Amino acid sequence: MSFINYSSKEINCKIVYYGPGLCGKTTNLQYVYGKTNPVAKGKMISLATETERTLFFDFLPLTLGEIKGFKVRFHLYTVPGQIFYDASRKLILKGVDGVVFVADSQVERMEANIESFENLAINLKEQGYDLEKLPYVVQYNKRDLPNAAPLEELRNLLNPKGITEFEACAATGEGVFETLKGISKLVLTELKKGR
Amino acid sequence: MAVPQLVMYEEESQLISVVLERLNREANSKVVFLVDKNGQLISSAGDTKNLDTTSLASLTAGNIAATGGLAKLIGEKEFSILFHEGEKDNIHISIIGQRVILVVVFDTRSSLGLVRLRVKKASDELKTIFDGLLAKMEQKEATNVESPFAEITDDDIDGLFSE
Repeated sequence: MSFINYSSKEINCKIVYYGPGLCGKTTNLQYVYGKTNPVAKGKMISLATETERTLFFDFLPLTLGEIKGFKVRFHLYTVPGQIFYDASRKLILKGVDGVVFVADSQVERMEANIESFENLAINLKEQGYDLEKLPYVVQYNKRDLPNAAPLEELRNLLNPKGITEFEACAATGEGVFETLKGISKLVLTELKKGR
Repeated sequence: MAVPQLVMYEEESQLISVVLERLNREANSKVVFLVDKNGQLISSAGDTKNLDTTSLASLTAGNIAATGGLAKLIGEKEFSILFHEGEKDNIHISIIGQRVILVVVFDTRSSLGLVRLRVKKASDELKTIFDGLLAKMEQKEATNVESPFAEITDDDIDGLFSE
């Protein structure tokens, strides 16, 4: 749910990175944070465990620029990927404007990908959203690993509808900004339609 | 979509500022701010210069969301007031009209009792303003007032990513 502020001439949108545990959601945000001009970003907040697993969420505010005199700001969030944090995941999806599903390309994580993907659809539905109508892209992360599954296989399992997709290696930054641009465009296009 | 888009107009923004400024003064607090349940900062008053209000807004909303989840687990609708006590500074958080969150940061120059009293009064006023705002949003929607973003072009969007 974007927030349009005519008083401060700002428009705020919320993007959530979703996916199975250790797929690289936090790494995506860390890369964006590291590569963004300091004036365009706020502080990155990570609510994580001592072993650096996301406990509640990561948060990164970004200012992209101006459209029609309005400052465009994006709030990027990640969810905790581990299965038992489902209650927290549901909370973070509240008021979402766009979703990036980050898939782990490793063959052995295929089941975790599918489970998380189904979980996303269920949790969105609980919040009253429909994945089919929400701006949403898929990122196949860790493409550089030797045990990465073929793209075709990932596509068949996680993107049967053929929505916008990106190959990435979040650790080196490959595909990270392309994914962010992709989802941002979809969110802004949705805004153009007037919700 | 699940929740209607929140829109803030100049007129309501000013009304809110007046209420927040007065609350900050009367409660003898350091900072007062108003946050949307999704973590967007709506307005603030007081000494916000050295404060990361964007982060505060997001964490406050996360906090309210988490305690709201707890409330539901034990059969409550929500916990409408939260209070965090620190060594010097304290935070008083309350939900207004199930929609927005009012946060008051105060130290020993004030007291919990005073803050609660002033918050109660300000909450009623803010609730009235937000009820009016929601009605206005519905009305605009019904009369099909076009969003200023209806004319965004693909070039505008591409322009954001040009650098």
